[in-house]
Amino acid sequence: MNAKTHISIKNLTVTFGRQKVLKDVSVDLPDHRVTAIIGPSGCGKTTLLKTLNRLLDKVDGVKVEGQVLVDGENIYDPKIEVTRIRKKMGLLSQKPQVLPMSIFDNIAYGPRIHGVREKAKLRQIVERQLAAAGLWDEVKTRLHEPASRLSVGQQQRLCLARGLAVEPEIILGDEPPSALDPQSSRTVEQRLIDLKTDYTVIVVTHILRQARRIADYIVFMYLGELVEHGPAAEVFAEPKDPRMKAYLTGEIS
Amino acid sequence: MVKRLFKELAARRLMFLVTILPGALVFLMLFGLYSRSRSILALHSFSDLLFGSSWFPLKGEFGLYPFLMGTVWVTLAAMAIAVPVSLLSAIYLSEYAPRRIRETIKPIVDLLSGIPSVVFGVWGVLMIVPFVAKIAPAFGAYSTGYSVLAGAIVLAIMVFPTIIHVSLEVFASVPQSLRDASLSLGATKWETVKHVVLRKGLAGIIASVALGFSRAFGETMAVLMVVGNTPIIPKSVFDSAYPLPALLANNYGEMMSIPLYDGALMLAAFVLLLIVLVFNIGARVVLIRAEQKAE
Repeated sequence: MNAKTHISIKNLTVTFGRQKVLKDVSVDLPDHRVTAIIGPSGCGKTTLLKTLNRLLDKVDGVKVEGQVLVDGENIYDPKIEVTRIRKKMGLLSQKPQVLPMSIFDNIAYGPRIHGVREKAKLRQIVERQLAAAGLWDEVKTRLHEPASRLSVGQQQRLCLARGLAVEPEIILGDEPPSALDPQSSRTVEQRLIDLKTDYTVIVVTHILRQARRIADYIVFMYLGELVEHGPAAEVFAEPKDPRMKAYLTGEIS
Repeated sequence: MVKRLFKELAARRLMFLVTILPGALVFLMLFGLYSRSRSILALHSFSDLLFGSSWFPLKGEFGLYPFLMGTVWVTLAAMAIAVPVSLLSAIYLSEYAPRRIRETIKPIVDLLSGIPSVVFGVWGVLMIVPFVAKIAPAFGAYSTGYSVLAGAIVLAIMVFPTIIHVSLEVFASVPQSLRDASLSLGATKWETVKHVVLRKGLAGIIASVALGFSRAFGETMAVLMVVGNTPIIPKSVFDSAYPLPALLANNYGEMMSIPLYDGALMLAAFVLLLIVLVFNIGARVVLIRAEQKAE
């Protein structure tokens, strides 16, 4: 496991009001691998994920200190254009958030705001992404219906397709498969594993078994601290920190 | 035991009664106004009265059209000012403003809605009327200042708090994670507002505008103080106008010695109520459609 680093987090501290939610986190996340951020609820794993595409720092009362380097570029540099950083990262949220528009427009939304105007080109992107998400055959006859009419599982796949349509480098998943039935969860998990050939995948999960199924690299958080990180095989076989051991045996959850 | 059951029954009946009363009142009013205007409807046809443009009560001519147009002009001009301004400030407060600014401005805006309309009227006479008289020549018009525009400005300010308040609630009901979904695709805040927040909240925004419209349409005091009250059909916003509510407020109980005057005013009130009802029902239909579309 000698992948090069894609995202390098350096001394990241996040404060909500007076509460420190992330305490001096430093870790390098490998390129073209599935990284799972695990830990009990309230440990800061979702906060860590959201700092990666700068969804948090503009929120009232939130202070972010430290650096996050993506391809060597500090995304918290004040001179940086936030939209460009976010375009690099597709976000898959816990519950699928379809935009209030048609199935077609949900996919075409991203490419459109980034300047794709030609109808034929948009159609091509939509078809390709829906096909890759395994949704094309189900929706090709009703592309112009509101996306909210799709089932939750279909919406989840639509959201992934929408994220990929802006050609990101990194996929961020905030417990993505948790709102699905077991069958669809497995499909999404397989999709995440497949995606690492083209993207760096970072997933937050509170399901340990899921982390075991999909992760190449593990980041274990506890009460805002980064406790242990390393290749999944090593961390699961020989956890070093007692808190990590306790978490793996189910004593803390 | 029996007493308890009796109380239960009595309470239920009483509550039922007070619940249906307001609804029934609307119909009673419609009926009352209609029956009181029968005296004039016996002599002139409804459409002649509604679309007749000469108002000479002493000659027995009661054309309501100038008042109808006066109401329409003032209301539409007011909405043309109020809707963009209040929506933009609601968007700013909800999406862009730091919490401190939002928490300071919101109560001030709400305070506006508690100011009695006569105060707006006086303020309009002192500030807005001279202002309109001053700017009219720049648009190649002459105006005393008592005009559609003065009425519209005063009304717009009275409508702001309604639209801002309701739109803020609407924007607050749009989940943050939906905004995040759009932002994470690299959309700017403005793109997110335009394509996601406004779209998701469309039904609520229509409702807020409809509420503001209803308020503007029926508002009487502040408007009648600044619009000039001459029964002509306005041709520009610098002309004076005479909206229906002002007609009723100025004349009811004063000119009752003139034959049929009473009937004409009752008809005016009937028409006003009818328009407001139709508008509200229409707005509700649009609202339901928009809700279905947004889902």
